[in-house]
Amino acid sequence: MSSLLRHHGLALSEPMAFGLASALAFAYLPFIRLNGLPLIAYRMPPGAIVRALDRSLELGVRFETFRSRAAGMARLDALLGEGKVVGLQTSIYWLPYIPPDLRFHFNAHNLLVYGREGDEYLVSDPVAEMPVRCARQDLEKARFATGVLAPKGRLYYLTRAPLPGDWARLAQRALARTAHVMLHTPLPLVGVRGIRWLARAVERLSRAEDEARALLYVGHIVRMQEEIGTGGAGFRFMYGAFLQELAARTGYGALDAHAGRLVEIGDDWQQFAFAAAKMIKRRIAFEPPALAARLRDIAAREQRFFHDLNKARLAWAA
Amino acid sequence: MRKRDVPQEGNATLGGHRKAVYAVGEDGKLRIVRSRGWEVEEVVTRQAVEDLERRAREARSPLEYHMYRARMDVAMLAAAAGIWRWRVRRHLRPQAFARLPVRLRRRYAEALGVPLAALERID
Repeated sequence: MSSLLRHHGLALSEPMAFGLASALAFAYLPFIRLNGLPLIAYRMPPGAIVRALDRSLELGVRFETFRSRAAGMARLDALLGEGKVVGLQTSIYWLPYIPPDLRFHFNAHNLLVYGREGDEYLVSDPVAEMPVRCARQDLEKARFATGVLAPKGRLYYLTRAPLPGDWARLAQRALARTAHVMLHTPLPLVGVRGIRWLARAVERLSRAEDEARALLYVGHIVRMQEEIGTGGAGFRFMYGAFLQELAARTGYGALDAHAGRLVEIGDDWQQFAFAAAKMIKRRIAFEPPALAARLRDIAAREQRFFHDLNKARLAWAA
Repeated sequence: MRKRDVPQEGNATLGGHRKAVYAVGEDGKLRIVRSRGWEVEEVVTRQAVEDLERRAREARSPLEYHMYRARMDVAMLAAAAGIWRWRVRRHLRPQAFARLPVRLRRRYAEALGVPLAALERID
């Protein structure tokens, strides 16, 4: 998303885009199954991130989905013909440039297409360091993959040039939204309470009869945390970078201290992943209650953190 | 995570790609550091891949084998091929699959991204 804005002449770093979209979150959704394991998200779904940025920066983003593959590809070609950069939601499995071990049927992968040469599309993908090329056939398959969170060829593009807004006001709104999602979402599966709910699910694994299956569950949590997006403690570090940049841009220094605290929480998430991996490798005994205790500890720290962050925001607004 | 703590252990599953992570630099600022991978990620990715490989090895029929090879389960294959789950489950049995018309086999082949002839055997 950040690179989409940069293309339109608004220099907005990835952490700023992430933070202003109030993208940080936590959700444990056991009723959405990926290979029989629950969906655990450490941020908002990409569609929501784009929409939130759209609202605060007034970008006039248009989303389109398609019933027919031919129509979806024709529309993409037409938009590229107009010189637009187009965002796509795809499955990560059918993209040939992704390393084979990372190719799972995960349908909420986002990438940008910025041009076409014959039957090859020029793609900027967050997973690849460099721009890559993707054949038409593969891209079509990836865009029209089926299953959970099917993309249905979804594409999006900007219809207006973005205007730099009033950072302080936008940021205050964004901070309020994130604090609200983390602390006060009515659903117990979202925010800090979602972490506790996950802790309970992990604790129950000690009663599981099939230990290999229980270990897969734990491994799945870590994969959702570290592998999606930039990875690194489920986006906590990126949000920390947002707070620092915000402090520098607006001169409200109190945010710097909060960034430091969030980095420590990110370290806790990594320690959790580290302990889990050791159990999977059987270097230490598999003890679900120990992992659950770590998660509860993180939940308590995040609760205090977002509470204090919200207080800092109120003091700033006043 | 400080910059010098950014894991550079070389995660084989990244296939040589490097990954952007945010880490604290000398001046206390968070910025992007390229990571060659973390052992933890490698462990969990390999675990998931190996589980699918094991299921593929234990498959009772070529269709089941190719399903796990394509990293799918019954629900995903059913959605991708546009065939009800209970029928997919039935078709996983070699006897049921042998009686399928080419039309249906082609849908499975298309959904799994393999040539039609490959569905007949485990390779």
